[in-house]
Amino acid sequence: MIASLRTNWIILKTSVEERLVYRGDFVFATLIRFLPIVTQIFLWGAIYGIHTSSPIKSIKSYSYHEMVAYYLLVMVGRAFSSMPGLANGIANDVRDGTIKKYLIQPIDMLGYMFWARMAHKLVYYLVALGPFILVFYLCRHYFSGWPDAFTITAWILSLMMAFLVGFLIESLIGLIAFWFLEVSSLIFIYMMLNYFLSGHMIPLDLFPEPLSSWMQLLPFKYLAYFPGTVILGKYSHQELIFELSIEVVWIIALFSLNRIAFQRGIRRYSAFGG
Amino acid sequence: MNAIVVKNLEKTYKVYQKKEGVFASLKGLWRREHKTVHAVSDVSFSIEQGEIVAFLGPNGAGKTTTLKLLSGLVFPSAGEATVLGHIPWKRENEYRRRFSLVMGQKNQLWWDLPAQESFRLHKEIYRIDPQQYTRRIDELTSLLEVRHLIGQPVRELSLGERMRMELIAALLHKPDVLLLDEPTIGLDVVSQRRVQEFLKYYQVEQKTTVVLTSHYMKDVEALCKRAIIINQGRIKHDGPLSDILDRFSNYKIMDVQFDGDDMPQDFSQWGEVIECEAPHVKLKVPRNKIPEILSNLLSKYRILDVGVQERPLEEVIAEVFTEQKNEAANAQNEQNVLHSKTD
Repeated sequence: MIASLRTNWIILKTSVEERLVYRGDFVFATLIRFLPIVTQIFLWGAIYGIHTSSPIKSIKSYSYHEMVAYYLLVMVGRAFSSMPGLANGIANDVRDGTIKKYLIQPIDMLGYMFWARMAHKLVYYLVALGPFILVFYLCRHYFSGWPDAFTITAWILSLMMAFLVGFLIESLIGLIAFWFLEVSSLIFIYMMLNYFLSGHMIPLDLFPEPLSSWMQLLPFKYLAYFPGTVILGKYSHQELIFELSIEVVWIIALFSLNRIAFQRGIRRYSAFGG
Repeated sequence: MNAIVVKNLEKTYKVYQKKEGVFASLKGLWRREHKTVHAVSDVSFSIEQGEIVAFLGPNGAGKTTTLKLLSGLVFPSAGEATVLGHIPWKRENEYRRRFSLVMGQKNQLWWDLPAQESFRLHKEIYRIDPQQYTRRIDELTSLLEVRHLIGQPVRELSLGERMRMELIAALLHKPDVLLLDEPTIGLDVVSQRRVQEFLKYYQVEQKTTVVLTSHYMKDVEALCKRAIIINQGRIKHDGPLSDILDRFSNYKIMDVQFDGDDMPQDFSQWGEVIECEAPHVKLKVPRNKIPEILSNLLSKYRILDVGVQERPLEEVIAEVFTEQKNEAANAQNEQNVLHSKTD
């Protein structure tokens, strides 16, 4: 137990070091991610007509300020849940045989991937923390004060779990490479679906019924919509507990699916190629 | 004691047969033809603890598949195998801590980081005792002469240096069984020799069981006493390296130096001329005819020096492969002829 913790710690540390090798590229990529938020502010300003004589008060339950705040918070949520290159990375490992490394060493491939991804994220937060604070400071007037401590705790939990849900969904897609070697079009489809099913495009409750309710039954909302709306005070404490519990159930389900897919995939890999 | 026991091992793959052309590709979208490939058929052998054995065979003969079976990367279609008492494809951690697979064409080291970072990770993965780890690193890096390079990112190393680092990573946990798939592929002669010398020294010191595949006969001759020749998935020979020559080579090389210019003009009655520069000649002669040729020459000419050598192993093995290939092709042709006759 302790030994495997140590192993994970070293995987994490080594991955952090690797991540820091290409500093320039990394810092640039991190900063460029803040650009879309500027266009969102202008876009929704135009939709609400804030510069006209009769601006729209609210769309569904969102005021203009809340809408901008939503996008800012979604950006934070996605900083946890998005996993650039994870599915593709697994698929490539399967296709070019790098996966052998994980099969011959006494190591768990998904665990290894998890800790490496954790390292990527930690390094990302290190670089992005300053810019995030700056952006939120500049945009502070879009927020109507601090929520209560319970809500903030729920928000932090929702972010951590967004990381888990994001990781598990993407790794599951990557594992499909055991059956279909080429998964890039599948990943593309997933990205497109994810864009609106997660609430990245617009808040899910803006969609018409019953579409909106159906979308909220899926796990994708935990990637952006849920962490985005917690701070906006859209949930009562009871509702928060309920939502977080459902999220835990999703994590357990996705984790089990990953394990099954991995076991079956390896069997198939061993039977066909290797 | 046997370290590796393999009994009637078989591995067949189904591969998708794509025909040429766009139309065929479109057809392949819903109906695909598969062909069964027998990568390994009915292979049996056992290897003693501390033995070092070469696997020889042309590309696609089944060598790598056999190594993959032994390292648990693939399930067999039939048959059984145990390595150190474990069934490899169960992939138990206990087994995985006791063997190493080095593939000359794949690397396990972190590309962007110095090799020592990968070593440190291996130390944790394989649970190597810290003191032993320091000692091993010390020993292996100095044996392979790469101590000054372990702090340099792997991507900046030359192929030879990288391969040596790969070997260190593979040996850190003191594996009892070492599987080497083309460990010297692409290396220059100096690096090749260094790797050979190292492996030889290491194997003798540690009594590691080694299975090696290589296309370089030099590797094989330097390291192995026993060779298993595999072709088209089947074992064609299993025994001492020297037996290969006795078994498969019907010829020897004869070097004759005549005294002065008094020498035969035409050697074709004795054998094939490889080199002829008076008063010296090099002939490829049938093994069983050597005494006859010699006495014949001695009775007619004055001879200063005679040497008889085995042909280079490489040449003999290449011959074995081509002959078998031709035989297989002939068999196939005969079958085709039969088929067309019955059609």
